[in-house]
Amino acid sequence: MCLSVIGFALVQLRDFDMIDILIPAMITIITASTPLVYAALGEMITEKSGVLNLGVEGMMLMGAVTGFIAVTQTSSVTLGILVAMCAGAGMSLIFAVLVLGFQATQVATGLALTIFGIGLSALIGQGLVGVAYEGIPKLPIPLLSDIPFIGPVLFEHDILVYGSFVITVLVSWFLRKTRAGLILRAVGDSHDAAHAIGYPVIKIRYLAILFGGAMAGIAGGYLSLAYSPLWIENMSAGRGWIALALVVFATWRPGRVFFGAYLFGGITILQLHAQAMGAGVPSQVMSMLPYLATIFVLVLISRDQKKIKMNSPACIGQSFHPST
Amino acid sequence: MIPYLEKRAEHSQTMVYLSPFIALALTMLGGIILFSMLGKSPTQAMHAFFVAPLTNLYGWAELGVKASPLVLIGVALSIGFRAGVWNIGAEGQLTLGAICGGCVALWFYQVDSVFVLPLMMIGGILGGMFWASIPAFFKTHFNANEILTSLMLTYVALLLLSLLVHGPLRDPDGFNFPESRIFHEAATLPIILSGTRLHLGAIFALIAVGGIWLLLSKSLIGFQVKVIGQAPAAGRHAGFSVNRIVWFTLLLGGGLAGLAGIFEVSGPIGQLLPSISPGYGFTAIIVAFVGRLHPVGSLFAGLLIALSYLGGENAQITLNLPIAVTGVFQGMLLFFLLACDVLIRYRIRFSSASGLRHD
Repeated sequence: MCLSVIGFALVQLRDFDMIDILIPAMITIITASTPLVYAALGEMITEKSGVLNLGVEGMMLMGAVTGFIAVTQTSSVTLGILVAMCAGAGMSLIFAVLVLGFQATQVATGLALTIFGIGLSALIGQGLVGVAYEGIPKLPIPLLSDIPFIGPVLFEHDILVYGSFVITVLVSWFLRKTRAGLILRAVGDSHDAAHAIGYPVIKIRYLAILFGGAMAGIAGGYLSLAYSPLWIENMSAGRGWIALALVVFATWRPGRVFFGAYLFGGITILQLHAQAMGAGVPSQVMSMLPYLATIFVLVLISRDQKKIKMNSPACIGQSFHPST
Repeated sequence: MIPYLEKRAEHSQTMVYLSPFIALALTMLGGIILFSMLGKSPTQAMHAFFVAPLTNLYGWAELGVKASPLVLIGVALSIGFRAGVWNIGAEGQLTLGAICGGCVALWFYQVDSVFVLPLMMIGGILGGMFWASIPAFFKTHFNANEILTSLMLTYVALLLLSLLVHGPLRDPDGFNFPESRIFHEAATLPIILSGTRLHLGAIFALIAVGGIWLLLSKSLIGFQVKVIGQAPAAGRHAGFSVNRIVWFTLLLGGGLAGLAGIFEVSGPIGQLLPSISPGYGFTAIIVAFVGRLHPVGSLFAGLLIALSYLGGENAQITLNLPIAVTGVFQGMLLFFLLACDVLIRYRIRFSSASGLRHD
């Protein structure tokens, strides 16, 4: 299906000047992928510690609405991003207290977090519908942004896009090269063994959950501050869930998370462009594509049970109480 | 004096039943704080939310109208949750039920026959089952996580409904509004309490509660669901097929969600619209948990959550409170419930010196 869409888009492209179309398309793919990179990387770290947080959607929405309020009230972009981050982390703290402190089921608590986040963000944001904001400023990198084609595509973005590149590298380095990353993986793979050696399992999980929440908050903030940029109820439109699927798709590896996010960003933008060109296919069918693609890749990856079992954190979804 | 959790030797049955009530009390408390923060008088708001909707017969009937889909879906989901099958795409299954049943209604438009309504219900059930069979198939054949696939399918179902009411199913005389024809009288649910909107669906919801209670307590498959949920290893050892349970729980959930969908469009709504449910499929998850994953519990939980919908609507009209308050209330209730449930398996102890803690 994806191939036919690509083929179709290419046929349409013949009629236009390639570069004029391609550069904006590539830029929008990057902006569509960035929130997925943040949310999925954050969730991946949470899952690596052995905790499944299904509340990504709720945390993203809270990040989106609070970030938007902060920026429109103070016109400080830094503050907006920080507020979005803190809102996501704050939401994840509720989850962490319930799951780690009160031993609540992770799946149910995550669902509750999403339902709560959808409601609370709608409540907070009720006065914001229709408020305009021009979007966070672009920061072209001197010299590099002057390179034809590559310059505008890669080096004329806002701080959050660059940040998503940096954070991917950092997370990858953290998991593979640092002692702390090794401990995080140990906690996720066998909390009993990690506890027996003397690692503070609960504390590490708190940190991992908070990191996931902060990243989801930034992802939401990116949606309301750069991608759209405005606030509408439920504006994440399932991106939090797509991020969850991406983690499985990437078999818990940061590089593949990044790749997967761009795959989905690409599909999202491709269908938007096809819609704009009047593809003759109803817009709703096009809008289904990202969701259908999520199911498709999930099925494709999960088919290999051994691979999933080998790569997924062994303790995922299990609660841990030190006395047992 | 530091509080810590000590594992109980046995699960506390008292707490299983007490926990929803503690959670409700805490939610009320949270509500009072929330209303104060929104600058409303808490007593007035609480009255508008929980008392005013039920001061007349019409209000009680509306409670039934809102509770019917919640109970229908909630009881079905509770079976799945017991077995560890997380169908969270009930909203999509509801939508597909409404689409399929609605197509039957529009196909037999102006056919005045007693068979139209039963056919629509069958269409609704089959539609919901079909939508639930997709995650079931992917789960059993490809090991794909049913949480994510069933949820993604919800978005697809909502887009499909939008596509249909904007296109093929649009009312030809409807001035291009994205709405289907208004269903013929033979395709609308009979009202069981005259002067209100309480429809036949309420009775079906009660039948579902009874039926699933029997299924869970008396049938083999009900027993298998319980065993696989509580002790998967024991279930496998006894030769129970996990795949069979996955199919069974998903099809049951999909079927009842589809039925709830067709009840919505042939009852209170009366036609197909781009949006037919205020998130009943998602809220039913809360119903299942607050109802302790028990059919009878789901009935009471469904009524409680239905009241939160009614209260939200009433508070919006009388106090100008945003409708989103309902969602916040429902989320809070589930949070507090999950927190209180810790007392089922653990008891709180206080140690006088931190050194005595044994973790």
